[in-house]
Amino acid sequence: MPDKQRQVITNRVAFLETKIPSYAAVLGITVLLVLWEIVCRLGIVPPLFLPAPTAILTAGWDMLVSGELYEDLAASLVRIGGGYAVGASLGIIFGLILGFSRWTDAILTPIVYSIYPIPKIALLPLIILWLGIGETPKLAIIALGVFFPVVINTFSGVKNVDPMLIKAAVTFGSNHFNVIRKVILPASLPMIFAGLKLAAGTSLLLLVSAEMIAAQQGIGSMVLHYGNLMITTKLMVGVLVLSLLGLTFNRVLQWLERKLVPWK
Amino acid sequence: MTTPKLVIDNVGKVFSTKSGKVTALDQTSFTVQEGEFVTILGPSGCGKSTILRVVAGLEEPTTGHVYLDGKEIHGPGPDRGMVFQSYTLYPWLTVKQNITFGLDLKGVPKKQQDEIAQHYLELIGLSGFDKHYPIQLSGGMKQRVAIARALANEPEILLMDEPFGALDAQTRAIMQEILLKVWEESKKTILFITHDVEESIFLGDSIYVMTARPGRLKKNIKVPLPRPRDYQNKSSEEFLALKLELLELIREESLKAVKP
Ligand SMILES: Nc1ncnc2c1ncn2[C@@H]1O[C@H](COP(=O)(O)OP(=O)(O)OP(=O)(O)O)[C@@H](O)[C@H]1O
Ligand SMILES: [Mg+2]
Repeated sequence: MPDKQRQVITNRVAFLETKIPSYAAVLGITVLLVLWEIVCRLGIVPPLFLPAPTAILTAGWDMLVSGELYEDLAASLVRIGGGYAVGASLGIIFGLILGFSRWTDAILTPIVYSIYPIPKIALLPLIILWLGIGETPKLAIIALGVFFPVVINTFSGVKNVDPMLIKAAVTFGSNHFNVIRKVILPASLPMIFAGLKLAAGTSLLLLVSAEMIAAQQGIGSMVLHYGNLMITTKLMVGVLVLSLLGLTFNRVLQWLERKLVPWK
Repeated sequence: MTTPKLVIDNVGKVFSTKSGKVTALDQTSFTVQEGEFVTILGPSGCGKSTILRVVAGLEEPTTGHVYLDGKEIHGPGPDRGMVFQSYTLYPWLTVKQNITFGLDLKGVPKKQQDEIAQHYLELIGLSGFDKHYPIQLSGGMKQRVAIARALANEPEILLMDEPFGALDAQTRAIMQEILLKVWEESKKTILFITHDVEESIFLGDSIYVMTARPGRLKKNIKVPLPRPRDYQNKSSEEFLALKLELLELIREESLKAVKP
């Protein structure tokens, strides 16, 4: 065959398959930070409105060394950790029960769906009336906010288990308990994790709001406090800590998901 | 003649639906002998799966009884291994864990589980795939694992509901040969459902042909082909003659199903 008849076939979906080097992610953030620093150094924006990244980092370091940050961070971690753990466990348990028993489903699901859309922070004053001002109402509001996305996702995970998988397990002699443990639970894990990730964002939001409304300690109250004093650098340290908290939270969940859902 | 392994005695099934009663299966009786490979051939929707689900204990018959080794069946149990038409491997378990699913339920020691799994992995030609997840397997491989999973549990009888129905013609032909090899080695009693005429002849010792819905047994044919069989049997004269006869029977029924 003559050479000139040879055709080059281009892969039209190559853009879907392009390998992106790992430094790409770092690149975007670095450029942003450098631009931010330049804008501040040149005095284009006054430091009261937006302090430079280096200034924030220095302030953060100082607060860390002086121990000032530690107390706020510890208070916040206890609240979000406790509230999340309680809300998530109850959500998974209730989700499994709702999905498994038709009676509880028929009676409780309408209740769950009617409470779900309420912005949970609106319930804080009521919960403070019930539980008093201490740590309990803050834990409770976070647990409440976590409970709903988890229960709803777990529930639909259970409902969407392929009935053939259950039938197959039954032909191997599984009883009810084994069907739940060996089929329904692992089959709904991906949906449960979707709920847990959704709830992670919710819990952070509720933590900060609750602390701004009703707390002496915690990152949320710290941010509000320095805002009122117009100490923007320290305020931004709080924001930075919160974003790191959210990032770590997501990473931990991702790691856990890869451990528990390795087949995806 | 010895007592049959499986007795289907006057089994019928009527479903009550919103739009009235549907007779899925008319009263049907037949027997399967120990070690026999019986195929059930019928047009779509004639109640083939219904028979198998009743034998598996997943469905109560409206009339009649099923006996396995002389004992009446009242529910599902590990003495009957089922291979479904759709893929029913557990996606969260590896190939090996899928195969040992039933053994684990029975509380078989881990070491023994490993040996059994290894044996069946070799038998179905998938050794080296033990750590793969089902998502990484082709359709044919999945069904082979499903067969191994059912066999590893050492059931008295293997119930197969069109296990190769979703596979392409070439893969299906190969799967049939693998299944025959597995059957010859394990000496299991097999009740195999299909709507594929060639498949019913190539695999079976005995074929039950069903009528269109409501399903009834129309004819029982003994397959005169020698054992062991391979793909070359498919072009023998006996095979082709039988194929023609069955095609005629099935065609009649399929036409009835289309215009009642
Ligand atoms: N749960 C059910 N409720 C109502 N009708 C049913 C039910 N299961 C099956 N049927 C009906 O019973 C008839 C036989 O069903 P069955 O699944 O046994 O057919 P089949 O021979 O296996 O068909 P196919 O070749 O399509 O798999 C069908 O007409 C079907 O509509
Ligand atoms: Mg069927």
